[in-house]
Amino acid sequence: MGLDIAFWVLAVVGIAAALTVVLLRDVFRAALSLVLCFLTVAGLYITLSADFLAAVQVLIYIGGISVLIILAIMLTREVQRGSPSNKLRIPAFIVAIVFLGVVAFALLNTPWQVSALPPLEPTTSALAGKLLGEGGFILSVEIAAALLLAAILGAIVLVREK
Amino acid sequence: MSIGLEDYLILSAILFSIGLYGALAKRNAIVILMCIEIMLNAVNIAMVAFSRYITPSLLTGQVFVIFIMVVAAAEAAVGLAIIIAIYRSRETIEATKIDLMKR
Repeated sequence: MGLDIAFWVLAVVGIAAALTVVLLRDVFRAALSLVLCFLTVAGLYITLSADFLAAVQVLIYIGGISVLIILAIMLTREVQRGSPSNKLRIPAFIVAIVFLGVVAFALLNTPWQVSALPPLEPTTSALAGKLLGEGGFILSVEIAAALLLAAILGAIVLVREK
Repeated sequence: MSIGLEDYLILSAILFSIGLYGALAKRNAIVILMCIEIMLNAVNIAMVAFSRYITPSLLTGQVFVIFIMVVAAAEAAVGLAIIIAIYRSRETIEATKIDLMKR
């Protein structure tokens, strides 16, 4: 019962925050409501009993990516001009609504085989076993490390003064 | 009625559509990047919901979410660096005005 209330509160706040990001003209306030949207997603992970992912969401998205976005907004002086829509606003709206309708139709008409097992808790050690253990995703972890290194080097090269 | 897999998937679809609308309709490149982050978060919610309700003991969906987060962080860093580099040379980040390759 408590989980239901938490889900509905988080869902309503998350959708409202996402709509604010899209509809607000002030870029800086849009970034702040993006932080709220990330926070509700972390709450949704907790209701799905993914405790490690909730912590990672707060660390990476709220602690890292939001700060990066706000810094970029500060560096580019577009705050006064706001974020107006372009000429394709109505076609974009139609595309989004049609996409939502098709996906909702497909989701509600698929017979999902929901398992009755209780969720695994805590997930941290099980995730570590999956990522680093035998028959796991160790190659992907190595590739992710190389990708992050390449991204950092690329970002440094791009923003360095000539 | 208790919440189930469908509720999370519908929520994820709504968030993805909002992000899709923003990414298509906005002019400011930073706002477009923010909308892409919303879309990635929506996909992550769907992944964790599948992992929780269909294979609760396998956690494969959560591993995928971790990799999506890594890629999203790399994308945000490189994307914002590109936006700042464009702003330095062209004094604008409006996506409709960055059309050097059209001419």
